[in-house]
Amino acid sequence: MSALQIKKGSSKHSAYNLRPNFSDTQERHTLAVLVDNEAGVLARVIGLFSARGYNIESLTVAEVDHASGLSRITVVTTGTPQVIEQIKAQLGRIVPVHDVHDLTVEGPSVERELALLKVAGDGDKRVEALRLADIFRANVVDSTLQSFVFEITGTPEKIDAFADLMRPLGLVEVARTGVAALSRGA
Amino acid sequence: MTRQMTGAKMVVQALKDQGVDVVFGYPGGAVLPIYDEIFQQNGIRHILVRHEQGAVHAAEGYARATGKPGVCLVTSGPGATNAVTGLTDALLDSIPIVVLTGQVPTFMIGSDAFQEADTVGITRSCTKHNWLVKDTERLPHVLHEAFHVATSGRPGPVLVDIPKDVQFASATYTPPKQVRTSHYAPRVKGDMDAITELVEALETAKRPVFYTGGGVINSGPGASQLLRELVDATGFPITSTLMGLGAYPASGQKWLGMLGMHGLYEANMAMHDCDLMINIGARFDDRITGRIDAFSPNSKKAHIDIDPSSINKVIRVDIPIVGDVGHVLEDLLKVWKARGRKTNREGLAKWWAQIEEWRKVDCLAFKQNGPAIKPQYALQRLEELTKGHDRYICTEVGQHQMWAAQYLGFEEPNRWMTSGGLGTMGYGFPASIGVQMAHPDALVINVAGEASWLMNMQEMGTAVQFRLPVKQFILNNERLGMVRQWQELLHGERYSHSWSEALPDFVKLAEAFGAKGIICSDPADLDDAIMEMINHDGPVIFDCLVEKHENCFPMIPSGAPHNKMLLGEASTKDAIGSSGAVLV
Repeated sequence: MSALQIKKGSSKHSAYNLRPNFSDTQERHTLAVLVDNEAGVLARVIGLFSARGYNIESLTVAEVDHASGLSRITVVTTGTPQVIEQIKAQLGRIVPVHDVHDLTVEGPSVERELALLKVAGDGDKRVEALRLADIFRANVVDSTLQSFVFEITGTPEKIDAFADLMRPLGLVEVARTGVAALSRGA
Repeated sequence: MTRQMTGAKMVVQALKDQGVDVVFGYPGGAVLPIYDEIFQQNGIRHILVRHEQGAVHAAEGYARATGKPGVCLVTSGPGATNAVTGLTDALLDSIPIVVLTGQVPTFMIGSDAFQEADTVGITRSCTKHNWLVKDTERLPHVLHEAFHVATSGRPGPVLVDIPKDVQFASATYTPPKQVRTSHYAPRVKGDMDAITELVEALETAKRPVFYTGGGVINSGPGASQLLRELVDATGFPITSTLMGLGAYPASGQKWLGMLGMHGLYEANMAMHDCDLMINIGARFDDRITGRIDAFSPNSKKAHIDIDPSSINKVIRVDIPIVGDVGHVLEDLLKVWKARGRKTNREGLAKWWAQIEEWRKVDCLAFKQNGPAIKPQYALQRLEELTKGHDRYICTEVGQHQMWAAQYLGFEEPNRWMTSGGLGTMGYGFPASIGVQMAHPDALVINVAGEASWLMNMQEMGTAVQFRLPVKQFILNNERLGMVRQWQELLHGERYSHSWSEALPDFVKLAEAFGAKGIICSDPADLDDAIMEMINHDGPVIFDCLVEKHENCFPMIPSGAPHNKMLLGEASTKDAIGSSGAVLV
């Protein structure tokens, strides 16, 4: 013990330990960020996440309004409530950012992701893959005698489930777009 | 009026239209067309620095002493990379500066051309925003937008990267009024409900304290006036961060002095024991809060800040108000007056009685004894002999910086230029050049340590060439004083690389540059030597040889809360636990 009665090895008194004031629960949030479609804007958003140590679970970006040159970035992130608030405030500071929407708290929303899965095999496995694809409403977008490429759209969980089923049936490769999301209603 | 001109001419025209009268810069291959235009006009003065880092710090000094954006012009590659430290410094201290960099021609970008660097990539994280302009048509818009972004909302540094072919090509110039600036328009008015909630808290608080920061200075002189009115009308005590010194006068009755790691005992104790903390334009920096979970445990906290990301970043607050300090204080005063100017007089009287007890500790007391000059004494004499002057103070970073903040008094905003957030050694000397450019007749003093000062000593050439009578007041302890102090307290007095053996003879150094050098080592000679410095019409290096092992107190050691301050040598033994030692 020092003169300051700080217990040796205790990290509670760290100047950088922000925990005591804030909740510890990790939350998953989907953010929609409207940005000017200009050079480097994606680097600014990603750079913010890496520089400040925030998580990115999924990220998609494309121009959605060609006339005014606006792009929509959908980013799925996890963090404590305080960190989520920081992420939104920090995103709002970026000059080409017009708007930040937290779809997770702003009412109901829909999330969809598209994936392409290549499954190679023959015989029963091939038939089973086709049958499961039908159940999951996945389309065959390419086929050879040894393989299929399935296209599936849905929530990330649905795609995870489909990929898990395809693995023993000869899953070779997966490409996923990441989540796109919109709020429900008008 | 719109007209055809080259990109290089547009740069000069846009600077003039933005009211720029001085540019700090250094030429090179990729900015030669702009320098050619600068040569052919008289409206803008160009100050040739000796290193691009100096240009950015000089622009920062200019910006902080005037409230106007500072402007730099540097070349591509090394010119741009040398500006990075200054940009980061300006970002952390929220200083509006516009840095223009040359770039290799557009058709050579990406080819690893001579003096090519990915300037916008490198500076993306150390600017508020930056642009690479690939088309001369877009150049006027971007230049005007750059000034808009640098000065709106929370101010900060911006950078415009201009390839050489864009400077040569011609297009139509558009003046600022005809340029539609972007959607970027941060909110300045605070939420009235939150302001009313704060007024209610002001009316009942028994132990309130104002905790103010650089946001008050950045909001402009009007904000400082409103702050003074609010403090004097409520009678609440006020403390300030390093960045906010001068917003409330040091001679003011309610002034507690600076707070934080090397802040005054009464200021830190008031922060710890208050029941209402009103943060105005400060950001709960780790130099201020100390140990987070013991920071002002029993207070309601209000936070006025123009940047929403500052709210709840470090300390959770009860009354957040997003807005410009000036606007919010105006509304706050209006509401408070309309509700009858109420305060809890009884509570306040007790609170002040408690504060007077803390003041009796006299935490800045020192004894000038022995043959060597105490650094505190040197600053006390400097204060005494210069306070009547039209005075601006810059500092470098370290012990001298903290002593300057403790022993010099600031009566007005924009009179104190110091690297607060980044802690950039080498900041003060070029900053003093920028300040002197803005205020040619003022007494501009850079309080320095010899180690910091050597980091940008090449700017002596600039000071002499442009006849800028900046006074370099070097407290020379032949040590990296703050490093040495931490090594003493934290690392068993093993002074690893914290002293310099081959220091220059500062008087001869001054003379080598064509300036005046003064050396002083005897307390009895100090006043005369300082007067000689003040009265000399030209740049001066003042080598003030001080006590070598003086530590800077009071001090909140790493990992400790505000009420566990160290007041002097006797209290330092084992003050910092092993886990406190990992903090900076």
